[in-house]
Amino acid sequence: MEGERGSEKRFVFYAIFGFVGLTLLIRLFIMQVLEDKYQESAEANAIQKQTVYPDRGLIFDRNGKLIVYNEPVYDLMVIPREARLPDTMEFCRLFGISKQEFIDKIKAIRAVAPEGVFFSQLSKVDFAKVQEKLSDFPGFYVSRRTVRVYTSNAMANALGYIAEISPEELKRDSSQYYRPGDYVGKSGIEASYEYYLRGEKGVRYQLKNRFNQVVGSYQNGQLDKPAIAGENLISSVDIELQKYGEALMVNKTGAIVAIEPQTGEILALITSPSYNPNLLVGDDFKKNFASISRHPDLLLFNRATQSAYPPGSTFKTVQALIGLQNGVLNDTLRLPCNWSLVKCHPHPYWTTPQTSIQYSCNPFYYQTFRKIVHQKGESFEALQAGYKQWREQVLKFGFGRKLGVDIADEGSGSIPQVERFNKMYKNNWNFSNIYSLSIGQGEMGVTLLQMANLACIIANKGYYYIPHLIKSIGKSGKPLPQYQVRHSVGIDEKHFEPIIKGMAGAFKAGTVGPMAQVVNLYAGDICAKTGTVQNPHGEDHSTFIAFAPCDNPKIAIAVYVENAGFGGIWAATIASLMMQKYLKDTTKVKIQPWQVGRIEATEKMVLEKVFNRRELLRLDSIRKAEKRKQDSIKAILRKKEQEEEIYDDNQLNPQ
Amino acid sequence: MIISSTRNSRNPLNNLDVVSVFVYLILVVWGIMSIYSASYNVENPKPFYDFSSFAGKQFIFALTAIGLIILVFLLDYRLFEDFAYIFYALSILLLIAVVLFGKVVKGQQNWIQIGPVSMQPTEFAKLGVSLALARFLGAPGSKLTDKKIWLGIGIIFIIPALLILKQGDYGSLMVFVLLELALYREGMPFWVITLQIVIAILFVLSLLIKPVYLAFGLFFVFVAITGVMLLIRRKVERSEWIVLIAGFLLAAMFVVSVPKIFAKLKKYHQERIMVLLDEDAVDKKGGAYYNLQQSKIAIGSGGFWGKGFLEGTQTKYDFVPEQHSDFIFCTVGEEFGWAGSFLVIVLFMILLFRVVMIAERQRSRFARIYGYCVASIFFAHFAFNLSMTVGLFPTIGVPLPFMSYGGSSLWSFTLMLFILLKLDMHRNRLFSRD
Repeated sequence: MEGERGSEKRFVFYAIFGFVGLTLLIRLFIMQVLEDKYQESAEANAIQKQTVYPDRGLIFDRNGKLIVYNEPVYDLMVIPREARLPDTMEFCRLFGISKQEFIDKIKAIRAVAPEGVFFSQLSKVDFAKVQEKLSDFPGFYVSRRTVRVYTSNAMANALGYIAEISPEELKRDSSQYYRPGDYVGKSGIEASYEYYLRGEKGVRYQLKNRFNQVVGSYQNGQLDKPAIAGENLISSVDIELQKYGEALMVNKTGAIVAIEPQTGEILALITSPSYNPNLLVGDDFKKNFASISRHPDLLLFNRATQSAYPPGSTFKTVQALIGLQNGVLNDTLRLPCNWSLVKCHPHPYWTTPQTSIQYSCNPFYYQTFRKIVHQKGESFEALQAGYKQWREQVLKFGFGRKLGVDIADEGSGSIPQVERFNKMYKNNWNFSNIYSLSIGQGEMGVTLLQMANLACIIANKGYYYIPHLIKSIGKSGKPLPQYQVRHSVGIDEKHFEPIIKGMAGAFKAGTVGPMAQVVNLYAGDICAKTGTVQNPHGEDHSTFIAFAPCDNPKIAIAVYVENAGFGGIWAATIASLMMQKYLKDTTKVKIQPWQVGRIEATEKMVLEKVFNRRELLRLDSIRKAEKRKQDSIKAILRKKEQEEEIYDDNQLNPQ
Repeated sequence: MIISSTRNSRNPLNNLDVVSVFVYLILVVWGIMSIYSASYNVENPKPFYDFSSFAGKQFIFALTAIGLIILVFLLDYRLFEDFAYIFYALSILLLIAVVLFGKVVKGQQNWIQIGPVSMQPTEFAKLGVSLALARFLGAPGSKLTDKKIWLGIGIIFIIPALLILKQGDYGSLMVFVLLELALYREGMPFWVITLQIVIAILFVLSLLIKPVYLAFGLFFVFVAITGVMLLIRRKVERSEWIVLIAGFLLAAMFVVSVPKIFAKLKKYHQERIMVLLDEDAVDKKGGAYYNLQQSKIAIGSGGFWGKGFLEGTQTKYDFVPEQHSDFIFCTVGEEFGWAGSFLVIVLFMILLFRVVMIAERQRSRFARIYGYCVASIFFAHFAFNLSMTVGLFPTIGVPLPFMSYGGSSLWSFTLMLFILLKLDMHRNRLFSRD
């Protein structure tokens, strides 16, 4: 057969294959088994890849004052696989730990990761020590990172905090940006602007010799990528106003929200009680987080944006506006203050929409709300339809839904749907079941942010911008696009006139108490509406919305003080102090001669007032303790006296 | 064709070479494991079944390769010979398409994108050329002693060679050169290969020794040879004088001109060659030095038993270039040590010996030549790839068959092997056509 010819050449092939295979095997045997230089090179890990962490973006207030910045700290890192110390004892002496501690620590790190933090946040002295001796300790290196530093104790809940990324967050991270141990914004601005603040990580490749000394950069740094710092943010908050408000709210439970009406920029977002943000920084986080998050006063709960409060009488402005828009009210329509419908307080019997706001007449709004929901007829179906329409209109004001402020910790409040009443009363209900809503009580809840937004809407006569805390991101100079859109509430501008006049009247000669009036710089140039919310669990809540100046509003504000009683007193006073502070700082208004000393006196009264139940209890207990102490002193004295008497009696036999 | 009988002897699978299939499977599975390990991110481990990772993709390539195997087994065995030129033409068309529309990756333009799939036609060209060569040489009456036949062989080689040269894929070009081993089996004289080896040795020597000294050395070799011939035979024929003197002059000219040829090469080619010959002459911070150094450190640090699966430290960083594709052996060497390297080499030896054995037992010339082509290509890839990772050969980008990452190469190697096994299954019914 033809194929047979030349078949002996297959042995040449076998020979060539065998020769090459054997050569490779010998070469590999020399490389892998005989020579140790490759092993040594591998152990020295000639090239080390290091992640360069970017500086997190800074946050400034609206006047350019620094609120949050970074400070470097140094961690001593260890790669257990490479950590073969020639003199472990020396290392332990240097850091003041025992050999057992050293072994345990290395073991613990080795169990979870190829490298880890041996000591975190070295002191400057320790850092200097390590820097010098690092070459003696292969497998150890120092890593620089930064921690957040807050220039004041204010604004903790709005700023939020950063902490180590959790395994769940790591799993959700589709961008592959994060690694275990990275820090990530967990709440507040830190969380919602994480993408802008974090910057871009860099990479550095370094050549190292056997003694773990850096000898140079790999390929002259061609592959290195510098870290790009995060974008700086400018907050709309006036940090001085924020601090002032937090001081006023000390020992009170509640919140303050102040907004610039024309832009929706939040000037102050205060919740009380709060915590010191510098306690949740770096290593202190682990130490303090549990006690802060489990504090009975709910320190991490943002009462300004999360809490659903009944709005009380402040909600009457919304009722009046809807009534006017729907034509069930008009500027001159007068309604009686009929106490048989709902309780009220003494004021002129007949009121128009304007004066009803000024005097906060309850029966007026009982009748108005009835007209609104029954404007299509008296039947149950008409009531349902009327209620539905009313709810739609209220939602346009931003109630009953999340407004979309730029922090995630926002509640939606609630304006109940028709279905809820149908379910509650088994399709058999009428106006008498829902009349509480007419004066902002009953089944409704709003956040204080929504109330401040209402003040903005009235100040702007019919529109608002979604409130936001960041007015400028990086070099763009602009906030996020959704905060540049104007939202209309569907009420004609002309209907705001009587409401604004009524609110001006309320401050001057209405429901606002004289203590708040003292701080009014313009004597009557504040427009306000008070609210006193009945609280079945205790003292009434005090609430207040306002804006100033009336003709050209610069600041709109909402204040809620829990268990502080009548709205015209404490909430109004705090709001007025806030407004005068802001306007005094930003406009050329001068303090009137008659006010000198009075504002300070009012401030002092507010500062000393305590409305925090726990704080009251504490004060009580201190009082009690003092009394007990005095009692015991007295008792001791009395005992002594007695003893002395006995001593006198038994002079001859003292024990 | 109806499977007419249930008798085992009629079942073509009975003739399947189980050893080759077994080795094939081990290499492919080991390849996927190594790719998984090479692209394993210690800080952010991904499961093996994550199909966006290299290992996951290779797993899918392997599954589709099994589909190809079934297809090859279902087709008529005569089809491969009949359609050999069509396969060749298709692969040439693909190569032209690459030159026209291909994308450039790492200085080489050898990728083509068709829809969502990108492929490397060079890998398939190796198969096309093997089939065409086998068909052409295997035709009745064609003999290598016939001068005219060389024209045909030249055309079959030169078209893909030029296209591949245009792409800058020198590795594949050298694989084509090694196809001459198959020609040697069919009667090409061995001195052609010897001549190439001599040229290669002279090239290396002239880079190591100053060409002038080397030329003197060659002169002494010439004198020595003539002296010995004179001493033994007392007489040198006129024609022998011409061959000897011409040989000496050509060799001397070649040696002297080597530095000039060398200078014409691209900088990174020069570095890749010099790094093997003289480490001190190369920039220690340059890519060529570090790439090879990293590859050697990875393999060398494996020791006898290796560091264990997923325990390699050197291949976890991205310094060994192409550690999941061309440098996949680094992972084997580091994680399974000399024992693992030994096993891989032995597996390849078994496969190569087996392929030659299979080729030799074919009755048709087509099948036999095709078998030798497959053996030559596998050997070329195996030898170039491994010697480059251990620093015995300049870095040229050729994948390690069955183990390196890449759909095109896995499919083309699978097709090469299983077309041969298919032909082998029908060897009893294949009769020589001349």
